[in-house]
Amino acid sequence: MTSRRPHLFMSVAAILLSVVVFLVPFAFILLTAVKSRQQASLLDFSWPTRFQLVQNFVDVVQARDYMLIIAFINSTILTVASVSILVVLAAMVAFALQRRRTRWTGLINFLVLSGLIIPPAVVPTIWVLQKLGLFRTMPGLILVEVAFGLSFCILLFRAFIATIPRELDEAAIIDGAGPLRLFFRVILPLLRSVIITVVVVQSVTVFNDFVNPLYFLPGDQNATVQLTLYNFSSQYSTQYNLLFMDILLITIPPLLMFLFFNKRIVAGMTAGAIKG
Amino acid sequence: MTAIVEKSSARSRTRAAGPAGGKRAKSPYPHWFYLPAAIVYGVLFVIPTVTSFYFSLTRWNMFSSKFIGFENYVTFFKEPALVSGLTHTIIYAVVTSGLKVVLGLGLAVLLTSQIIGRGYLRSVVFFPVLVSTIGVGLTFTILMDPEDGLINQSLALIGIQGPGWLTDPSYALLSVALVDVWKGVGLATLIYIAGIVSIPQEYFEAARVDGASAWQNFRSIVLPLARPATFTVILLSLIGGLRSFDLIWAMTRGGPGFTSDVIASVIYKQYQAGFYGLSTAGNVVLFLLVTAIIFPLSRFLNSKEVDL
Repeated sequence: MTSRRPHLFMSVAAILLSVVVFLVPFAFILLTAVKSRQQASLLDFSWPTRFQLVQNFVDVVQARDYMLIIAFINSTILTVASVSILVVLAAMVAFALQRRRTRWTGLINFLVLSGLIIPPAVVPTIWVLQKLGLFRTMPGLILVEVAFGLSFCILLFRAFIATIPRELDEAAIIDGAGPLRLFFRVILPLLRSVIITVVVVQSVTVFNDFVNPLYFLPGDQNATVQLTLYNFSSQYSTQYNLLFMDILLITIPPLLMFLFFNKRIVAGMTAGAIKG
Repeated sequence: MTAIVEKSSARSRTRAAGPAGGKRAKSPYPHWFYLPAAIVYGVLFVIPTVTSFYFSLTRWNMFSSKFIGFENYVTFFKEPALVSGLTHTIIYAVVTSGLKVVLGLGLAVLLTSQIIGRGYLRSVVFFPVLVSTIGVGLTFTILMDPEDGLINQSLALIGIQGPGWLTDPSYALLSVALVDVWKGVGLATLIYIAGIVSIPQEYFEAARVDGASAWQNFRSIVLPLARPATFTVILLSLIGGLRSFDLIWAMTRGGPGFTSDVIASVIYKQYQAGFYGLSTAGNVVLFLLVTAIIFPLSRFLNSKEVDL
């Protein structure tokens, strides 16, 4: 910004430092994941003497009766269901909240902000889920993820809906559209770009979530991928190659998201933060 | 962040109260649009939060609860292992958010300057934000191994005897905080980059005409005008830091001893031990701590808004 030509020394220093600080840990994961069990137990940063990529992959997938496969299925169900529900519910709230000012608006805004700030009360949530018969069930966990993710999504949607001209609503109403038609046929399609942002950011968040599955969906059969990591870490204290293969596999979905949607993620995570 | 978002919406809302808002009978924006979200949010967030105040005053086993007054809080504040969780939480939150502000700003300045490999650097700094916290925690637990870990092995090469990062009681909490910064600094950097990019170029041009040095540029333009970004970073990382659990749990499980226990891990331990009332009291303490820090802070920071 200040000088027009690239600063060579700074660039080289920054790139070298970034390799040491940020790339080496990922290289370590990758290398350890393909090592043999004996070599992995040395914990050192070295080139594998024998590559066991396929062998380790098969071993980690087969461990504990294919628990990892079940976990990936569970995590996928959890992520897809909770993010889909989140998008629709949050967009509806954001639309009504942004367009119509009533005496409830202040209260609703307060609740939305509270959801971002206040840490959820864990055991009482379990109690509520138990009363509803949803504790230790996937639908229960899905609803929990929806409840905890709503605030963030509402804020993103609301900021975007503010940029859609109201004349559009009025035109649709004059053409005889009711509220549902207006929302689903006119507004929702216009939200495409922010929906992609919300979906990507929330998918990564829910997929990486460890705390909520730990509390609300305990048990091996229900494990999500983050929990397999946690379970394997005690079981595999002598099989670091498998532990790191698991870490590697779990890193792949966010990596794909990052490669395809880098711009969206960046937009979503900084949105609302800066524009005063 | 939240409060800043709030502003923009307040502005648009006043606009929204225009011509069409008046019709009361049949609004195109019906109240029942709130309903599905309100049910989920009310049942699974508001009710637990409100009832937590009652349950924290009871001895509780899910099926029956017996009112015992403030006994849980007395236990919480008398047991050294539990109180230390409170101080650790504050230390952890302050250290992580402080480092994220400093490093995030530094990196953002670097990554908005003319530098080779800018895109690569931005990606590489940001990517850890998206990686599983547990995965990062387990990886760094291995890297920080006192004997065989890569970090101490490398330090030994240049003749430094590295500490037992996670095994030494006086370093454990700070080591975890460092890993938290490693993982989270990308987000802070991103927010700062957005803030710096939004500063109008005229300021820098005027500064160049006046012959300002790079440091003066930073000191008198970037630092004051990126203030909204600083507020956002501080608030976000404090909120995250105060309720942080998964990284600490993956790396130390609160150990050695209780030296890296934070409130969130105390809550989990008491829950596992079956002390639901005590666990919920921990939750209320965390709630009070967060609200006591975040709400006044966000109000204070917002009162110092700048105009670009």
